[in-house]
Amino acid sequence: MSDGITALYIFLLAAITGYEIISRVPETLHTPLMAGSNFAHGIVLVGAMVALSHAEAPLGQALGFLAVLLAAMNAVGGYVVTERMLRMFRSSQNAGGEDDR
Amino acid sequence: MSGVVAGGYLVAAVLLILGLRGMSSPRTAHPGLIWVGVGMVIAVAVTFLDTGTRNLGLMLMALVLGGALAAVYGRQVPMTAMPQGVALFNGMGGGAAAAIAAVEMAGQGTVAGAPLVLGLLGALIGTVSFAGSGVAFAKLQGWMRRPFRFAGMPAVNALLVLAALGLGGVLVALLPVPGWVVAAFFAAGLALGVLLTLPIGGADMPVVISLYNAATGLAVAFEGFLLDNPAMIIAGTVVGAAGSLLTQLMARAMHRSLLQVVAAGFRSAAATTAAEGSGGLLKGIEPVDAGILLGYARKVIIVPGYGMAVAQAQHKVWELVKRLEERGVEVTFAIHPVAGRMPGHMNVLLAEAGVPYDKVADLETVNPEFERADVALVIGANDVVNPSARNVPDSPIYGMPILNVDQAKNVLAIKRGRGAGFSGVENPLFTADNTRILFRDAQEGAGDLVAALKQV
Repeated sequence: MSDGITALYIFLLAAITGYEIISRVPETLHTPLMAGSNFAHGIVLVGAMVALSHAEAPLGQALGFLAVLLAAMNAVGGYVVTERMLRMFRSSQNAGGEDDR
Repeated sequence: MSGVVAGGYLVAAVLLILGLRGMSSPRTAHPGLIWVGVGMVIAVAVTFLDTGTRNLGLMLMALVLGGALAAVYGRQVPMTAMPQGVALFNGMGGGAAAAIAAVEMAGQGTVAGAPLVLGLLGALIGTVSFAGSGVAFAKLQGWMRRPFRFAGMPAVNALLVLAALGLGGVLVALLPVPGWVVAAFFAAGLALGVLLTLPIGGADMPVVISLYNAATGLAVAFEGFLLDNPAMIIAGTVVGAAGSLLTQLMARAMHRSLLQVVAAGFRSAAATTAAEGSGGLLKGIEPVDAGILLGYARKVIIVPGYGMAVAQAQHKVWELVKRLEERGVEVTFAIHPVAGRMPGHMNVLLAEAGVPYDKVADLETVNPEFERADVALVIGANDVVNPSARNVPDSPIYGMPILNVDQAKNVLAIKRGRGAGFSGVENPLFTADNTRILFRDAQEGAGDLVAALKQV
């Protein structure tokens, strides 16, 4: 099987997976889930690192630096805001365990 | 790519998918996020094996600097400003995807064919998402109040789309090309992102942010094809698909057509109608009487809106609920899908105040309950409780699902003044016979009610 076809397989299966994951989500979680998926595409950091490691000329290095900088902000910021939101969700059975912020 | 790196990416991709699945239920949401985080750390760690030592210093510097800046901003952004926080970080991701393609362009000639086409497409989507998210951030932050448009906007946008695609075509066919062609390609994308987002109104921003979130996912996936990186392809595609569906769900909950929202930049004239009030009589009430009404009720349903969040009243409101429960009153929070600024936003704000999520009911669950409620307490909500949506066919909000607050025996509204809601539509609920208004800011009103309850 050629690489192109394999890539297409991965793409389609991943798309179906993404669609299935969301199809039963309650409205309560729309905002945290949007924040969470925003964090998940922070995986772009991996690509930014690879791209920077390819760069030889100053222009490429500058662009690669920018890529890693932006991607790191996406990943870290995405995690921090999602975590803050989710920490607040609790049911009345286990309420009061954590400090109020 | 070595076996360790490939294996690491596989583990990361699986963790990421399972984590996101966990995040779609309240009970498993937090562990789900941790799984995604662990997946991310594994992916980054194995990538160091792949990248070697070239530019390692620069890489570490960018990682630490970006991580620190984002951690500081992410920690201090208030919960009411969460939508724009997400917009900001999403824009960064789009910008990173575009910058990856730019690095590979600057390297010139190492990539060609399908990966190059996809990489350029991803770069264009990422650039639009970067610029568009920036505008969305500015609008939600209140730096930009009115939708902006000019006469030739649809034509300019169409030209920009053609220019971007044309320049992309030139890049695919002729690489290596002069630097200005690459620069023009990205400039067209930036301009397009700005111009597409400018004419969209503030109320539609959440849908737009969600859409750009999905777009960034897709851009990341496409850059994954460019770099032949399976972790990026899988994670990006999953986010792209999940984000697209989430955008549709949000648009539906807000009773907006996705096409209408997005196509704002391609419509010429803006037909805005200002609704004029017919001016019924608002009947005020004093805190003591309101306290009696609430204190001797059996069942109270509280309907919070963005007004409550802006006044930071959720803590006071939760205190009020606890007082009422001590007296044996049954209290439920009713949340409209678009209460706050986007679906789920109000749930986050209530959770911040310490309200357990099982005291919070959604529209479908709670609507049959209003008939049996002695008091419906509306705090800073307006359009989402407007009965015109149900029974006035020529109202601009006709057809929007609303909370049937008007069916409660008594309605008590805390409201600062006589103004209409976000949509500018007159609300007959507030002039109804069984409605009383406590003219206060939400924070002050809730405080007065707590004080009044001590006396009854």
